[in-house]
Amino acid sequence: INAEYGGAYRTEAGKPWVLPCVRQAESILASDETINKEYLSMSGLQSLCDAAMRLVLGESSPVIQEDRAVALQTLSGTGALYICFQFVDQFYGGCKDIYVSDPSWGNHKLMIDRIPGLNFKQYPYYNSETMTVDVDAMCRTLDGAAEGSVVLLHACAHNPTGIDPSRNDWEKIAAVCQKKNLLVIFDLAYLGYASGDYNEDAWSIRYFADLGMEFFVCQSFAKIMGLYSERVGALHFVGATSEIAHKCLSQMKIIVRSIYSNPPSHGARIASLCLNNRDLRIEWEDCLKEMHARIRRARTYLHTALKMANVPGNWDHILSQNGMFSYTGLTKAQCEVLIEKHHIYLLKSGRISMCGVTESNAKYVAESFKDAIETAKEN
Amino acid sequence: KQWYQRRVRDSVAVTENLVASTQTISGTGALRIGGEFIKKFHSSETIYLPTPSWGNHTPIFRDSGLEVKSYTYYKKDTKGLDFQGMLSDISQIEEGATILLHACAHNPTGVDPSPEQWNEISQVVKSRNLLVLIDMAYQGFASGNLEKDAYAVRKFTEDGHRILLAQSFAKNMGVYGERCGAFSIVGESESEAAALESQIKIVVRPMYSSPALHAARLVGTVLNDPALYAQWLVDVKGMADRIISMREALKSGLEKEGSEHNWDHLVNQIGMFCFTGMTPEQVARLTEEFSVYLTKDGRISVAGVSSRNVEYLAHAMHTVTK
Repeated sequence: INAEYGGAYRTEAGKPWVLPCVRQAESILASDETINKEYLSMSGLQSLCDAAMRLVLGESSPVIQEDRAVALQTLSGTGALYICFQFVDQFYGGCKDIYVSDPSWGNHKLMIDRIPGLNFKQYPYYNSETMTVDVDAMCRTLDGAAEGSVVLLHACAHNPTGIDPSRNDWEKIAAVCQKKNLLVIFDLAYLGYASGDYNEDAWSIRYFADLGMEFFVCQSFAKIMGLYSERVGALHFVGATSEIAHKCLSQMKIIVRSIYSNPPSHGARIASLCLNNRDLRIEWEDCLKEMHARIRRARTYLHTALKMANVPGNWDHILSQNGMFSYTGLTKAQCEVLIEKHHIYLLKSGRISMCGVTESNAKYVAESFKDAIETAKEN
Repeated sequence: KQWYQRRVRDSVAVTENLVASTQTISGTGALRIGGEFIKKFHSSETIYLPTPSWGNHTPIFRDSGLEVKSYTYYKKDTKGLDFQGMLSDISQIEEGATILLHACAHNPTGVDPSPEQWNEISQVVKSRNLLVLIDMAYQGFASGNLEKDAYAVRKFTEDGHRILLAQSFAKNMGVYGERCGAFSIVGESESEAAALESQIKIVVRPMYSSPALHAARLVGTVLNDPALYAQWLVDVKGMADRIISMREALKSGLEKEGSEHNWDHLVNQIGMFCFTGMTPEQVARLTEEFSVYLTKDGRISVAGVSSRNVEYLAHAMHTVTK
């Protein structure tokens, strides 16, 4: 059972899912002879950037109305992060310490370490005993950061823990960010995967916007639209003033120019159609809800199966965690048993991809957990 | 992977699996990966570009952390290659530095070395033990013949240079905005090539993880399907032929206007761009009086010339240069 997918959605049958709205968009594009292969601008497809911005900040966002938000098409979420980190290295006047959650997506550290001018730091995030966000420890660390440091936050469906701050927690986090004048970068790879409703999932970002804070959002369309290999993403920046935002955009373009000149058009056109075409938009929203629902079902199957098998421990976190992943709480040794003895492939951190769990294998998975816990204990 | 290797088809390097390749975000992406790779692994951090070169070369390599220097290339008087100057400069480059060469259809001048000149350049480069990065954005587009346009790449590989190659499919496949290119390194052995490939991936991963698939599928399909490939050869030749015929039409148009200048360089230069030799003042007049838009250095994009406007252009150019 493959539960170590990484961020890739799978259907109940364990297959990748090309969203019907994406197929339709591709059909439309293939038969449209008015479209050519000319270069996009450095900032990419404008219709995508605009729609992506409204998706993140809200249709009637005052920030957009005040022209304080700018967006640039990127090579998926990784590409957005790269440009963002390059911006911090080349143009940001503040402290180049970048605080990342412990734990976080592995590539965050790799990317930051690759840029000599940036310093990778961590803030505590996950309390393994209570299996919740240790927001007090997190805020204490951020409070001790140098003024003007940079902090990377997962907007929703935290990878790898699946545990998100509550609204109350976000208020505390925002307060310390404001107090220390931290530059905030939101990693937004899973919009809609937490609650099924992207407006709900974007709450943290919109809250920071309402407070008048400046921040970046590194957005990926890989998971939320199933576009993975087409590499579609966006880098947003919300500035204190319109002038600042637009200056930032022109600096971001300078960075893009010497990396790849302009971004790929095909995936962007698909995403733009799915967001802007009324019928495709409705279909896409349903697809997103379906992906979210399937993952919630998988969580329920596993939770129920764990209870039925009387597996020792409290497994409620399987239900309360959000998004594609679950930090099971299994130890490295227990994971090794799962992998070697039961052929359940997960990360040794205990992270499983919920897409690997189905109604038919949940029992097997639960019983394997039980055996792993008992066997590893004996060792 | 196989389809990049077709571009250096029949060479020993490919048959012995010595080439490490990766798909890139078009030519720019390939050059940036090249720059980052050189910075990370090569002993020298200096790269030499021809004067002039594509405007974006300097920021790409500078942002990769390299020091950018230059070597003589274009001769204003002849509007051709300053071959002696080029050889002289190259022979003084410090050993082990990197030299960037345009494989064909030099951008912005349109001035390319002849095969005999390439042979000599290869020897001088070898004598200085330079690392060679070849920028090939116009294969097929220059002469209309893929093999001919790849002469420098093949010669250098044959001569034993372990080249770095940045390819773009933007122009020769017309896929511009899809961003399709490739970065390759010729290794010394099969196992070195494998090691190189994994190191290239390590360079790419923190930048954008992986390139856009659609572009690769498009180009890969054309390159690997015999019928489509044959069609492509015809299409590329068609594009190149149109450019060549516009060059000829412009030259004869100027002669018809009674111009006394030597316009041989219009047809001797090759590829999309043409360094006309016009001064900034003449260029300004062209723009103001005739609504002809070109860069201040007198460079025209021959792609902008068609049978509908070539007479007008010849008349305009004659008027400002007579």
